[in-house]
Amino acid sequence: MSAKKSNDPFFWTLFGAGGALSAMLIPAFLFLFGIATPLGWVEGPAYESVKMVLLHPLARIVAFFLVSLSLFHGAHRFRFTLYDGLQLKHLFQLIAVICYGGALAGSIVTGYILW
Amino acid sequence: MASTITIEVSRYRPEEESEPVFQSYEVPLRSDWVILDGLNYIKNELDGSLSFRWSCRMGVCGSCGMMINGEPVLTCAAFLESYAPGPIRIEPLQHFPVVRDLVTDMEDFMGKLTTVKPWVVREEEKPVEEGEYKQTPEQLADFKRYSMCINCMLCYSACPVYGLEPEFTGPAAIALAQRYNLDSRDEGNDDRMEILSHDEGIWSCTLVGECSEVCPKDVDPAGAIQRYKLAGATSWWKSILLPWQK
Amino acid sequence: MNRNAHHTLHHPKWYRVQKPIFWWVKRFADIRFIFRELTSLAVAYSVILLVVIYRALLTSEAAYTSLTTTLREPFWVTINVIALGAVLYHTFTWFNLAPRAIVMRLGKWRIPDLMIAGGNYAAWIVISGVIYLAYVSG
Repeated sequence: MSAKKSNDPFFWTLFGAGGALSAMLIPAFLFLFGIATPLGWVEGPAYESVKMVLLHPLARIVAFFLVSLSLFHGAHRFRFTLYDGLQLKHLFQLIAVICYGGALAGSIVTGYILW
Repeated sequence: MASTITIEVSRYRPEEESEPVFQSYEVPLRSDWVILDGLNYIKNELDGSLSFRWSCRMGVCGSCGMMINGEPVLTCAAFLESYAPGPIRIEPLQHFPVVRDLVTDMEDFMGKLTTVKPWVVREEEKPVEEGEYKQTPEQLADFKRYSMCINCMLCYSACPVYGLEPEFTGPAAIALAQRYNLDSRDEGNDDRMEILSHDEGIWSCTLVGECSEVCPKDVDPAGAIQRYKLAGATSWWKSILLPWQK
Repeated sequence: MNRNAHHTLHHPKWYRVQKPIFWWVKRFADIRFIFRELTSLAVAYSVILLVVIYRALLTSEAAYTSLTTTLREPFWVTINVIALGAVLYHTFTWFNLAPRAIVMRLGKWRIPDLMIAGGNYAAWIVISGVIYLAYVSG
């Protein structure tokens, strides 16, 4: 009757938090840095002022959570996309390790770069 | 006079063929006829060997669900005219084994349904003399939507996750579990969480949302499962952070 | 649970179909679903870009200038336009689906789904506006 308890509640929480945070913050960031400034629609702020804002301790903390949770969001969703879209359920453990392991590694690297 | 419409019916007679074939019939295109009327016309007038399930022909019994042009539909609730000029392709509900023609086997669901305890669970029944368990209209409203399920299996047919992983408990069974979880008289929440918070339970769902799209009773199983996940995640964190609380 | 689906027993004559690998290419709604799931890659790409910006910022002004120059290449602009499209789809689907999981109440009154989604959109517009103003005012 009772199978092993699922780890999914943990990863689903990260997935949810990352999904909400990325939905709120990424569009504006990506539009400004990736499209509007490169195309000259808006003038990008000078190096010093970008540095001042983004390196503010609070901004670093927000950035770290945004990056880490978004990576876990992506990992969780992509893991299930591989199950549903390509029927790779038999590679269950390998896929989980690669996806969540990637997100964890990415978070560590991000923490290292930020501090 | 009355025009006709072509119905292409999937036939599977295991003693004759190893896989289904389509057979075409012409039925009168009457404005007051639903697809089920067309099937009954075939059965009564054209070909008595056609097998399919039906009973109430008014969207209550949940036995006449079939794939119509690839979509799961209650055939008693779909007018022939809305598919004119045709042809209309009728197949058995997908994701279930086909027993014969349009008849599928639903034993898998029946088994799953009982495992989620879809009844009011009480730790202790109070004596009859103490009267009934009362409920306010607001308390009723909390679960009423989920109680409308007629077990028609359209949601299982629409759910790709169930199609890919038959172990998945599936939309209707989880929605019915949630119907009792949200019932103020019920005390079976922990039992059901134990049963459903597994990889094959609520955590298999990827919120495709098709189950709620096809539901003829507007039950919204997809919503029920997401709410269940939120409750499941909350109780999981509680068990990690506050293990002494039970 | 871990019960195998038990309609497999004893009926060799029942007809069963295996779902094809690419089951989702046949219906628009299924393609839309897979696309929604694949926005996860765009989300991951976007935050990696943010980390790359941070790294350049912390290295030197020259590194940062060289990065902004690279981002002007048509290749990267194209990538970012595609990524922004996918991320916006993620944002919209996320806000629209959030009320399905969350039931919020004020006393006895259950806040309608539309208001929860609307609150998400309002917060999103305000936050995006603040980021935009902070950015252009340098």
